[in-house]
Amino acid sequence: MTYLTKLSAAALSELLISKEVSAVEATRAHLDHIAAVDTDLHAFLHVAGDAALSTAAQIDARRAAGEELNPLAGVPIAIKDVLATQDMPTTAGSKILEGWVPPYDATVVARLRAAGLVPLGKTNMDEFAMGSSTEHSAYGITRNPWDRDRIPGGSGGGSAAAVASFQAPLALGSDTGGSIRQPAAVTGSVGVKPTYGGVSRYGAIALASSLDQVGPVSRTVYDAALLHDVIGGHDPLDSTSLTERWPSMAAAARAGLQDGALKGVRVGVIKELSGDGFQAGVTQRFNETLALLVAAGAEITEVSAPNFEYAVAAYYLILPAEASSNLARFDSVRFGIRVNPESGSLTSEHVMSATREAGFGAEVKRRIILGTYALSAGYYDAYYGSAQKVRTLIQRDFAAAFNQVDVLVSPSAPTTAFKFGEKLADPMAMYINDVTTIPANLAGVPGMSIPIGLAPEDGLPVGLQIMAPAKADARLYTVGAAIEQLLEANWGHTMLSQAPALTPTEMFASEEGAV
Amino acid sequence: MSEITAEQVAHLAHLARIDLSPLEITDLTHDLGQIVDSIAKVSEVATADTPATSHPMPLTNVFRDDVVVPSLTVEQALSGAPDRAGDKFRVPAILDEE
Repeated sequence: MTYLTKLSAAALSELLISKEVSAVEATRAHLDHIAAVDTDLHAFLHVAGDAALSTAAQIDARRAAGEELNPLAGVPIAIKDVLATQDMPTTAGSKILEGWVPPYDATVVARLRAAGLVPLGKTNMDEFAMGSSTEHSAYGITRNPWDRDRIPGGSGGGSAAAVASFQAPLALGSDTGGSIRQPAAVTGSVGVKPTYGGVSRYGAIALASSLDQVGPVSRTVYDAALLHDVIGGHDPLDSTSLTERWPSMAAAARAGLQDGALKGVRVGVIKELSGDGFQAGVTQRFNETLALLVAAGAEITEVSAPNFEYAVAAYYLILPAEASSNLARFDSVRFGIRVNPESGSLTSEHVMSATREAGFGAEVKRRIILGTYALSAGYYDAYYGSAQKVRTLIQRDFAAAFNQVDVLVSPSAPTTAFKFGEKLADPMAMYINDVTTIPANLAGVPGMSIPIGLAPEDGLPVGLQIMAPAKADARLYTVGAAIEQLLEANWGHTMLSQAPALTPTEMFASEEGAV
Repeated sequence: MSEITAEQVAHLAHLARIDLSPLEITDLTHDLGQIVDSIAKVSEVATADTPATSHPMPLTNVFRDDVVVPSLTVEQALSGAPDRAGDKFRVPAILDEE
């Protein structure tokens, strides 16, 4: 049954609908593969084997009874640990929430369950999504399936590694400054950050509320679209949720597979997101992809976004400011651990301070202190106030660019996957890594990363970022699916079929609660 | 280098309710100085006539009818608490005796 793990969600769905394969068989195949490879990769913080098999059996029974089900019913999925799940621990990669089982499901999780998808478990991430490498998880690193000595990206390294290593065809991620798109780029998978407000944030543990967005992680553009259709749309439980009626993303992706889908599409190349600081092989694959687009009839224009230069600086003021406020809820009263101080009186304030000292990792402390600084009297106008103005300027850059073109493109990340430890000692080096993905979060526009080849110098995946105007998520799926089809026709294979085979480890992960 | 001092970091840590060890304060003072130097450039382009944006999408207040809807039970709400007393969260003393 190994072949079942190699299928796209769409292909697996067809076999499930035709009853050639049962949901239990599909789920078991993925659980077996997780047991074989994840002791080493560590994409999952928790695997809910028994629950997944029981969910799958229910789907099989409903399908046998002739019930009309969502096309993805019976398809396994991995869930980033930032999303509340009422039957699985939810830690956001932090010690402060160790063992916490939420009393409710995030809206996106509830929607998955309603559509009959089968949750396999929770995936690893940088603590509270603060990081670009998953090295800041309190529960250990996740390895990149392409090279086990390298990072899988972050913060959603677990979700990206899970789909790239065929442990799940689909996963959920969250993207505050690139946490879906950059892991997709460095693992050769697909990731989409929807328009801000397009997918509910209810039950997503908040990092920076004006930037966070939940989105799909997959191996194909069409699979991401199918998942987007399940999780997207208005949610009254999220007051920032948009009330529009969204077109079918799956239909948009199918439109991209038609002949001539790229003809006349105006593609803008962002001048500021290229050149210096970009790895040679990244630039090479990016330029080759542009040439393919031209050959397919797209019109390429260079556009300038002069204020993108200030995006990283603005982001690392706005994010810590919002995070320092959001993370104040970890006060050792309502959820999470409680640690008493070693000395001094046992007051709420002292217990809270001791708990946060023990429960938060170094990066979380760094950003909370930075945010507290940025918001303090005397600095507020110079830092936080200025950062909010930069946000306006970046939105104007996007508006001007989208007056000229339909979509914007750039490399998804400046480099391929770097080695563990390479950027840990220098926070700014880690932060600068997000230069390509941050502007979309500041402006709220949707972005997608798709694989466009391997960098010749290291044989590691390179991603293309595609961005569209706010609410034009469907355009990403059309253009993304078209480019993916062009590239695969050119290569004669999919990107992930080139990933090295993983050696099964002898020690099997325990079925429940493998951390 | 910006002039962030160890005393300032200790004060910020107190405001943020995080006990920090002396070593952590030393490290953070160094890191913060470096980070603040890099991000201070936002003031270069943030002119007085540029409006601030707090949110990516223009939104107005969202209201719903004031009716009771299903919510967590007391047991569910208390299920993750580190300590409880009957149907309430149990917390350490609020006021210091000193």
